[in-house]
Amino acid sequence: MERIPILRMGRLLLVTIQVDMHDQLALALQDDLTNRIVRDRANGVLIDISALDVVDSFIGRMISNIAAMARVLDARTVVVGMRPAVAITLVELGLELPGVRTALNVERGMALLQSENE
Amino acid sequence: MVLSTGVVLSTGTITITEERVVPLRSSEDVVRLRQVVREQAVALKFSLVDQTKVVTAASELARNTVIYGKGGDAHVSLLLNGGKHGLRLRFVDQGPGIADVELAMKDGYTSGGGLGLGLGGAKRLSDDIKIVTGPAGTSISITKWKPF
Ligand SMILES: Nc1ncnc2c1ncn2[C@@H]1O[C@H](COP(=O)(O)OP(=O)(O)OP(=O)(O)O)[C@@H](O)[C@H]1O
Ligand SMILES: [Mg+2]
Repeated sequence: MERIPILRMGRLLLVTIQVDMHDQLALALQDDLTNRIVRDRANGVLIDISALDVVDSFIGRMISNIAAMARVLDARTVVVGMRPAVAITLVELGLELPGVRTALNVERGMALLQSENE
Repeated sequence: MVLSTGVVLSTGTITITEERVVPLRSSEDVVRLRQVVREQAVALKFSLVDQTKVVTAASELARNTVIYGKGGDAHVSLLLNGGKHGLRLRFVDQGPGIADVELAMKDGYTSGGGLGLGLGGAKRLSDDIKIVTGPAGTSISITKWKPF
C-alpha cells in the first residue's frame, strides 16, 4: 500500500500531507507515526495540512489520535497550515481537536516545538 | 459513473439539470466522490467556504453509506430553482437502516467507533437534510443552494 512519507529532523518528525487521504491511508499514517516516535526517539511531531482542502471527522479523529498517542510517548504534536475554509467547516461540523496545537506555518510550528522541548 | 445531462426530472419549481451517480463501495470511492462534489461546487461557483462545507458533508454521508449501509451509490444533482442554483446529494444504500433516526442525528451518538458527528455535521453544513430509512435501506439527501 502507498504510505505518507515521514521525515526526521533532529528529534522532530515532519509529515506533509499532500494527497486527499482515504481512510486506510490515514490509519496507516497514524500507525507509522506512532512507531517512528519510538524508533527515532522523537519529542515532536509536526503535521503540515496546508495542501488539504477538506478535513472531515475521520481525518480529524486521526489527528487527535496521533496527538494523544504522541503525548503518551512524551512527544508534542503541532498541526500547521490549516486553511481558513477548513477551520470554519470543522467548527460547524462540531469537531474539536483536544490536545492538538496549531500554528500558522511550518516555521512557527517548528519554533513552538523547539521552545517546548528545550 | 452514470452521467446524464439535460432536464432529468422536474419536481415543482426545482429542476434537476444534471445528475451523476457515483458508486460507493470503498474508502477510495469516498475520495472519488469528494472530488466529484468539489468539481460540481466549483462549476456552480460556490464560495470556497461553501465548497468545503458541502464536500465535507458529502464525505461524512458517503463514509456512512460504505460502513453502515454496506455500500451504495451517491446521486449528485445540479438544481435550478428560478434563477437559483444548488447541489443535491443523495446517498442510497440497501443496508440495515437506521433504527432510531433522532438518536443517530445526535452529536456524539455512534454505533461504531466514530465520533458521532457525521449526520449532525452534514445537517449543519447543508441547507436541508432528508432521511428515509427502513430495514430495506437508507436514503439521505442534502441540498446546498448558492446564495444570490
Ligand atoms: N447509511 C446508514 N445505514 C445505517 N445506519 C447508519 C447510516 N448512517 C448512519 N447510521 C447510524 O447513525 C449513527 C450516527 O452516524 P454519524 O455519521 O453521525 O456518526 P458515526 O458515523 O458513528 O461517527 P463519525 O461520522 O463521527 O465518524 C451511526 O453510528 C450508525 O449507527
Ligand atoms: Mg459517520
